Amino acid sequence: MILNAKIPDGPLEDKWTTYKEKAKLVNPANRKKLNIIVVGTGLSGSSAAASLAELGYNIQSFCFQDSARRAHSVAAQGGVNAAKNYQNDGDSVYRMFYDTLKGGDFRSREANVYRLAECSLNLIDQAVAQGVPFAREYGGYLSNRSFGGVQVSRTFYARGQTGQQLLLGAYQALIRQVGIGKVKLHTRHEMLDLVLVDGKAKGIIVRNLDTGDIERFAADAVVIATGGFGKIYYLSTLAMGCNASAIWRAHKKGALMACPSWTQMHPTCLPQAGDYQSKLTLMSESLRNDGRIWVPKLKDEKRKANEIPEEERDYYLERRYPTFGNLAPRDISSRAAKERIDAGFGVGPLNNAVYLDFSKAIKEQGIDKIREKYKNLFSMYKKITDDDAYQAPMKISPAAHFSMGGLWVDYELMTTIPGLFAVGEANFADHGANRLGANSLLQASIDGYFILPYTLTNYLAGELKTEKITIKHRAFDIAEAEVNEQLQLLVNINGTKTADHFHKELGKLLYDKCGLSRTAKGLTEAIAGIELLSGKFYRELRVSGTEGEINAELEKAGRVADYLEMARLMCYDALTRNESCGAHFREEYQTPDGEALRNDKDFCFVSAWEWPGRGIEPILHPEPLVFEFIKLSVRSYS
Amino acid sequence: MPFLKSTLSRKNLMALTGLFLCFFLVIHLLGNLQLLLAADKASVSFNNYSTLLSGNIFIKIIAYILYFSIIAHAVDALVITVKNRKTAAKYAYDERKHASKWYSRNMGILGTVLLIFLVIHFKDFWYVYKFGALPLDKNGNKNLYVIVVNAFHSWWYVCIYVVSMFALGFHLLHGFKSAVRTLGLYHPRYARYVEIFGVVYSYTLTIGFSFIPVYVYITQYIK
Amino acid sequence: MKLHLKIWRQRDAQSNGALVDYDLDGIDQHMSFLEMMDTLNGQLILNGDMPVEFDHDCREGICGSCGMMVNGQAHGPVAGLTVCQLHMREFKDGATIYVEPFRAAAFPLKRDLKIDRSAFDRIIQAGGFISASTGSAIEANNLPITHDMAESAFDSAACIGCGACVATCKNSSAALFTSAKVSHLVKLPQGKLEAEKRVIQMVGQMDVEGFGHCSNTEACEVKCPQGISVLNIAMMNWEFNKSSLLG
Repeated sequence: MILNAKIPDGPLEDKWTTYKEKAKLVNPANRKKLNIIVVGTGLSGSSAAASLAELGYNIQSFCFQDSARRAHSVAAQGGVNAAKNYQNDGDSVYRMFYDTLKGGDFRSREANVYRLAECSLNLIDQAVAQGVPFAREYGGYLSNRSFGGVQVSRTFYARGQTGQQLLLGAYQALIRQVGIGKVKLHTRHEMLDLVLVDGKAKGIIVRNLDTGDIERFAADAVVIATGGFGKIYYLSTLAMGCNASAIWRAHKKGALMACPSWTQMHPTCLPQAGDYQSKLTLMSESLRNDGRIWVPKLKDEKRKANEIPEEERDYYLERRYPTFGNLAPRDISSRAAKERIDAGFGVGPLNNAVYLDFSKAIKEQGIDKIREKYKNLFSMYKKITDDDAYQAPMKISPAAHFSMGGLWVDYELMTTIPGLFAVGEANFADHGANRLGANSLLQASIDGYFILPYTLTNYLAGELKTEKITIKHRAFDIAEAEVNEQLQLLVNINGTKTADHFHKELGKLLYDKCGLSRTAKGLTEAIAGIELLSGKFYRELRVSGTEGEINAELEKAGRVADYLEMARLMCYDALTRNESCGAHFREEYQTPDGEALRNDKDFCFVSAWEWPGRGIEPILHPEPLVFEFIKLSVRSYS
Repeated sequence: MPFLKSTLSRKNLMALTGLFLCFFLVIHLLGNLQLLLAADKASVSFNNYSTLLSGNIFIKIIAYILYFSIIAHAVDALVITVKNRKTAAKYAYDERKHASKWYSRNMGILGTVLLIFLVIHFKDFWYVYKFGALPLDKNGNKNLYVIVVNAFHSWWYVCIYVVSMFALGFHLLHGFKSAVRTLGLYHPRYARYVEIFGVVYSYTLTIGFSFIPVYVYITQYIK
Repeated sequence: MKLHLKIWRQRDAQSNGALVDYDLDGIDQHMSFLEMMDTLNGQLILNGDMPVEFDHDCREGICGSCGMMVNGQAHGPVAGLTVCQLHMREFKDGATIYVEPFRAAAFPLKRDLKIDRSAFDRIIQAGGFISASTGSAIEANNLPITHDMAESAFDSAACIGCGACVATCKNSSAALFTSAKVSHLVKLPQGKLEAEKRVIQMVGQMDVEGFGHCSNTEACEVKCPQGISVLNIAMMNWEFNKSSLLG
């Protein structure tokens, strides 16, 4: 299979305009005849569904939560980037494009990233028009802050709840269309399969989570906007319900999966406190502006943090990266923390954390100043851990956060299945091997508001004359039968272990072998380990109740089943990429100083994977990354 | 009544009638304060005042608004309570009381106490004054003063009166603030001022109304 | 720690429910309340019983999915938290803990602690938005908004839609939820154009859904995880009265 990204010709800055000018249109009278399914109601799903409904298409929108407003976009804290240059500090579309491309370690497409930066300008206008209460200066104009190590202030924010406010804007736009009747919203419905007719995406099979009924929906195109799958590591900053099921089942129906092993680990999360723990809470990265990160120099240190004298502390980030120090980028900081923890210097009851120390900042700036800056975060820390970070250092550790990988899409955001589109975190597109802070909200919104309405229309223009598929089509019978079969399989195993048990085992395995740093040996072991775990899962799983009722355990079990398959692919993905780039760090490929060693000669491509069937090695289809406009450089922070 | 279809409209009626009653209570208290004068002065002044109130057309209109307010306030409260019963949840184990003041949750009970008190109050004073055979004082005014003071000379009557005034106090403590909120005073600063005013108002009225019968009762023994 | 749990179990809206007793041992005081529930569910599943169904998702207090009455209080005894942020150290070893769903006539029960809060979505649908279709927006800085007004609008917009305000209200009123959205949008210039219609329709929908009257007891603000102010309710009332009289 030759992958065609369908990048328009012409100069970088004209590509998107050229595309829009040449894209096919559907006249308003015909739009009413076309149906689109949008799975997921996060920022990308809601914005896509609302924008498409505004154009006049009929939308069926689905989410597994009890309301469209609860999708995990809601939890994004920091902000959203846009190259508005309101601060007059030299920002531009080009600079934002370059920062993003470089931040992703040159493993994404120039044209996509440029479009992301270009459309960022419109997003802020759109969000303000919807009533998103962004922070303002006293003069009434929009305020910005700097974020994620770039040299300009381009981040727009609504306190620490930017994701919530952007999502509510999109949710309100969506629900407005529900009122008008252009969107039919199906909450508490989970997509369990994709239906193809003549190789095109024509519908989905969903389970009504409130009744257990299996339902069919047909459409002229399907959009997947189901977000990231970092929850595969079990302990993550993601919501409990975040899953890979929709993209995985689309993958099994023929959509290629791109770079699934590229997962961002966020460095400032609260460490695991016990086996019972269900998630890791993110503490804003802004803490690193005043906090110093260290571990004891002695192994098995028993003293309390404050009793360890200065000369017996190892400020390892300051030691290794004297220029950036505690502000080194996310992937670097996370990896350095893991290195120390693995070497036996971890702190806390489980020796799985590092200290984030504010004593110097408190001494220099006074406790009041620190309180003013971080009051919310310190009180959140106290709420969760019952510790006072003004008195003793915080304990933090890295946790799975964002999936750069996802369904492979071309410039039009279409997967390798015609008519199946993927938007937001569910696709692999703009972030390369590492995402910059405040770019995730941006990408999700841009995909939904500004790109999909053009590219999907371009596709649908060709679908007007094709035969209308209804849910009576045989393809739906087959897909539904498969779904039922799998549900019954899970319910009938009747073993002795819960889905969570397997999920935790899988998460630990992945975190150790396919997490912050990877080796060929570890990955090979992981593939065997996952095989073993998968076997156990289908022998020893226990799900209470039946498939014909509300059954949260069955939902979990189905997701874990998909995770087990996805994890295997992640390991193959990491194993075959013999270089280190961004979040993907292979211990075999590092500089003498322990930094990532990229190999542009052999690995300047996107790994797109084909599902060959259960138990068979996945098939790799590389999409070469061609850089016409910029020169690749080494990403150095030391 | 279509304009009372909304939950907010029904609350508006409560607020408007309630605030009018609040205003009336001030007039009432001012009148009652005359009972604190020396007996001979009090008698003349109080009876003059009563006559004045019963003769004036302007006052008559106010009186009808007053009757309407009392009835509407009570009936509306009954309607709201019945409707709330239907929507309200019941818990097997309920500790929601920690989140609010007891009197804010029990306005209905406080209101019922007040209604019973009003019936007694109207029967003993208003009805007697309007329709009963009252002696005249030396100025030819109906001698309501005697009736009131006689009533306040019995300890049990004073008790009922004072208990009812405390019910009134708690009713006002929540009612005044609530009414202003219902009508839509949302500015944080002014809402705060009005809240403080409401508390002062409630205390003043409760203490004022309670003190008078107690004073009258005690002074009968001091003479 | 050891716990005695009394949890409301109910198969569906039609069935009768009851508090069921569970004894749970080996609970770590650093567990969150929902992790304690996970532990209980793990045991129930292995014993062949049905686990307790409850809504939850982000577990960091922002998605609004979780919500239950813990010891008779919405989201439990600590103010300013959702139940996912409540930790077991707030309880004594050997304590008896009552767990019930959020209840209201407008929140029908689905199973156990799971309820249907779609009434909230329908209230927003009635007008809780600004009609700004994609593509029609003007340049963002052409619409200056004072710092304080933007902050104030944010305070109202911070609602997570969990339903604790309704659950804790003696009348099951949705005034705080509805007013938070009315206020958020009316405080902003771009939201003013539709203000009159919005408040009338949203209040109308709130009544249709079967929420009760607001008695201004202020319990909702006390139990709101986001501390949404009751002054939003006053603002909604003002807008409603203005629109009814002049609109």
